[in-house]
This record gives sequence, C-alpha cells and structure tokens, in this order.
Amino acid sequence: MATAPSPSVPVAGVTGWLAGLVANLGDAAIGMVAGIGDVTVFAFRTIGWIFARRQRRDVLIPSFYQIGVMSLPVVALTGLFIGMVLAVQSYGQFKALGLETRLGSVINLSLVRELGPVLAATMLAGRVGSAMAAELGTMRVTEQIDALESIGANPIYYLVVPRFLGCLILIPSLTVMADFMGVLGGYFYSHVLLGIDYHHYWNNSRQYVDVFDFLTGVFKSLFFGGAIALVSCHHGFHCDKGAEGVGRAATNAFVHSFVMILLLDLFLGIWLNNVHDFFRPEGPRRLL
Amino acid sequence: MNTTAPATTASHDAEAPPLVRVDALGVRFGSQEVLRDISIDLTAGETLVVLGESGCGKTVLLKSMIGLVRPTAGDVLFEGRSLSGMGDRQLAHLRTRYGFVFQGAALFDSLTIEENVAFPLREHTRLTSPEIHRIAVSLIDEVGLPRTVLLKKPVELSGGMRKRAGLARALALEPTVVLYDEPTTGLDPIMTDVINELMLRVRRPTVTSVVVTHDMNTARKVGDRVIMLYPLFRLRSGEPQIVFDGTPAELDRSPDPRVRQFVEGRAGSRLMELQEEQARLADSATDDEEEQV
Repeated sequence: MATAPSPSVPVAGVTGWLAGLVANLGDAAIGMVAGIGDVTVFAFRTIGWIFARRQRRDVLIPSFYQIGVMSLPVVALTGLFIGMVLAVQSYGQFKALGLETRLGSVINLSLVRELGPVLAATMLAGRVGSAMAAELGTMRVTEQIDALESIGANPIYYLVVPRFLGCLILIPSLTVMADFMGVLGGYFYSHVLLGIDYHHYWNNSRQYVDVFDFLTGVFKSLFFGGAIALVSCHHGFHCDKGAEGVGRAATNAFVHSFVMILLLDLFLGIWLNNVHDFFRPEGPRRLL
Repeated sequence: MNTTAPATTASHDAEAPPLVRVDALGVRFGSQEVLRDISIDLTAGETLVVLGESGCGKTVLLKSMIGLVRPTAGDVLFEGRSLSGMGDRQLAHLRTRYGFVFQGAALFDSLTIEENVAFPLREHTRLTSPEIHRIAVSLIDEVGLPRTVLLKKPVELSGGMRKRAGLARALALEPTVVLYDEPTTGLDPIMTDVINELMLRVRRPTVTSVVVTHDMNTARKVGDRVIMLYPLFRLRSGEPQIVFDGTPAELDRSPDPRVRQFVEGRAGSRLMELQEEQARLADSATDDEEEQV
C-alpha cells in the first residue's frame, strides 16, 4: 500500500546529506592524519636504519647510479631551458627601462634561489620518484618485499635507505648542475642572441647574486630530495594490488612529492629570509 | 577423523611438544575478518597440508606463522616463544629457521638466480664468496635446475623453473620449517609432479613443512596431515573455520558435504549463487537505465 510522503522527508534528506558530508570530511581528515603519521614513522625507521648498520656499496651504487647519473641529461636540459626562458621573458621589460645589461642579475638570482632547485626537484619527482614508487610497488605486489622479510632481511634497510641517501646526496648535486646549465643558458640567449655585452652581464650578476643565494637553493634541494624519496618509497611500500595499484602509487608519488616540494619551498623560503635578515639587517640589495 | 574440528585441535603426537603452535589465531583487515579462532599444533618432522577454496585465508595463515601478517587475536608460538612479543631483530633471527616458497616464487628481479639463492647466505653467514657459490650450485642441482640458470635473471626463466629457484633460495639456510604457498598453482601436470617430488625429497626427519594448496594430488602425495579451512562468510554462527583435520586417506572418506564438494571439485550451489548475482547485476543495470530515461 502506498503511503503519503511525510513532510519531514526533505528535511531528513538534507540532514542525511549534511551528515554524510560531515562523515566524509571526518573520514578524509582521519585519513590525512593517519597518512602523515604513517610517513613520519616510515621516515624515522629509515633514518634509524641509516645508522643501525653499515651501508653496503653493492646496494648503494645501483641506486646512486639510477638517481644521479641517469638523471643528469634531463636535469641539464631543464636548467638550460629555464635560463633561456628567463632571458626571453625578462628582456622586453628591461629593454623598455634601458636596463638590459642588468638582465644577468635577475636571471641568475631567480635561477639559483628558486627556479633551479624547484624545477629540478619537480623533474626528479617525476623521473626518480615515480620510478621508485612503481619499482617498490611492483615488488610489493609480486611479494618480493615479503620475500625479503621472510629471509630475515629488513626491506627498509635494503630498499629505502639506498634510495633515501641517493636522493639526499644527489638531488642537491643535480640542483647545482641545473643552476650551472641555467646560468649558461641565460648567458647564451642574452649575449649570443640578444647581443647584451658580456662584461656588464657578468658584472651585474656578480654584484647581485652572492653565495648565500646559491646556498639557499642547494639547502632547499636537500629537503626536496629527502621528501621525494620518503613520499615515493612510502607509496611504493603501501601499494594496492594489481597493475592499477602500481599505477596509482606512481601517480600519487609524483603528486604528493610535488605538493611537498611546494610546501617546503614556501616555509623554507620564509625561514631562510629570516636567517638572511638576521645576518644582514640592511636587507637585500636592490635590483633596480 | 575429525570432520567438525573443535576450535583447539590436538596434536597427532600428544607426547612431542609442538614446534609451532597456532593459538586461537584471528586476523582481520579493517572490517573484513579472514581468520577466526584457528588453533593448530605442528610437530617436528610433520608435513601439514592446508586446503581450502580461494579467499578462505590459507595464505594469511601461512604468513601469520612467520610474522609477515600480524594477528589481531591469538598468537603463534615457535618452540614456545610468542611471535607477537618479538621485536624486529628477534623476528628476523627467527625467520632464518624458516624457508618460505612464494606462490609466484618472489625472486628478486634485479638479481641473478645465483644472487637470489645466495642472498640468505650473504645476509646471515660469514661464508666466503667461493663457499657461497659452491652452496648455491649444490642447491640449484638439488632442485634439478641446469647450472646455466645461475647467471640468468628471473624474468628469463619459465614458471616452473622460477618456483624451483624459489625453493632453492628457501632451503639455503637449512630451515627447520618450510612454508609452501600454492607451490604447484599455474604449472602443467608434469611440472606439478616434479615440484611434488622435490617437496618429498627435501622432507627430512628434521624438516617440518606446511603446504598451502588447492591441488588434491599434492595433498595426497606430500601430506602427513591435512586441514581444510572454510571461508568465514559461508559459516553459520559458532561453526569452527577448520572443517577437517585428519590424514589424506581420511579426507577421501569424509562425509562432510563441504569437504566432499571440495575433494570432488563440484560447483554445486555455487552455480546458483553465480546466476543469482548475474541476475541481480542485470536488474540494477536496468534500474539505472530507467532512472536516466
């Protein structure tokens, strides 16, 4: 028998919808806190295993080769093009002010402080981070990580520590490479194609870019490297079953590494500016 | 014979203390309960076969025995020592007493077969490289693989060869307990029998084995004792999850319809369930289309 619709039904519907929304938000918040907790525990275990046992060369070298040597071409190319693009984008404004000889200062300053480290790290999160997540994810799915444990070997020691150390040591080195290639790219475009005098170009660069700016970028890349390794290895270790699970782990590794790079860049940028102000209360030199 | 086994199953040899005791084990992943109140005593030298349909928790039981899966209730004891009370280092040390043969062999992709077989020896012994090489070669000989595989990567081997290489790696540290996870699944009948023969060959008076399988021939050939697990969602309230515990000969004579269905490989009511599920899916698809219209 059909019953007349109760007037309270729409209210109950809205209440139900709101309750569902709150429940979903709660689930998401709990999931996020649990995820951050998981990664933190994972990070402490990884750092613990760096000191718990002597590192083996035969385990470290393949990881270092994959992370460092194999990434050189792509990082060099990234740096070179960032330098050239900066020259392309800045030239018009500087020429309008008659200050094109100061182009070197703005290109090299933005390069070593910000764009070199961030774009190199982003490129490496895609190349190295996704590859690490996919490799460890496949090992999880095919029970190779279980096999390591069943032998009495620690998977963090064998699989995560070499990748973490590789990223921690080599991503700053690759950032230096990206900076160098960017400086070359900017100079090439400014001098060879735009015809800016090389003496003024370098003189202005030297005047406005100091060691602190360069070290700021390298210091940040140390944290970017550590974050890429931990986030990517964590995704690989906790990969869902099947090809879909491995694909999702690789994608999430890149996305979450990128978010971490942006967050770290902001907070380290604020902190490093404070450090700069502490040692140089007169503030930064004026570009214009 | 025990067709409706009690929660606590007595060991066959009451005199000998159990080497491995699974004590009221329960495992739950989130809201899904996989194992409930499983108790098994495993005496030294025994070969236990664990039968059951896919998804009934056989592999989870096997992994719980070596601490790869942490139980949510109960415990596993090895020589009277509780696994759940052990730290990472104690557990790693204990695992040197075990050999685990994985369903897909789980050989390390980046290493050669020799490096795979030698891995436990490099990890846990101070043997020199020539000594490790000699042991790896003898293990490869023991499982009947040609020595030419030593320098190959796992991906270059067939399924049967990979399983044999996995067995060689599991035997490297001369384990007290060997755990086999579906060792013959996906192999042709000849290779299945080869693996069965190998399991018998490595069975020494001091080696205790647990074999998880679907294969009745394997169960009959290698098992001293067989237990059968049943999926929890198919059990009525209060029924034990171990629906059979006895010898392979007793298994063939079991009157329990659940055991008979598995032994004889009959779909029975499962076909009806399949048809009902398909009908339900078809109905929901029709409802969705009507809503869209």
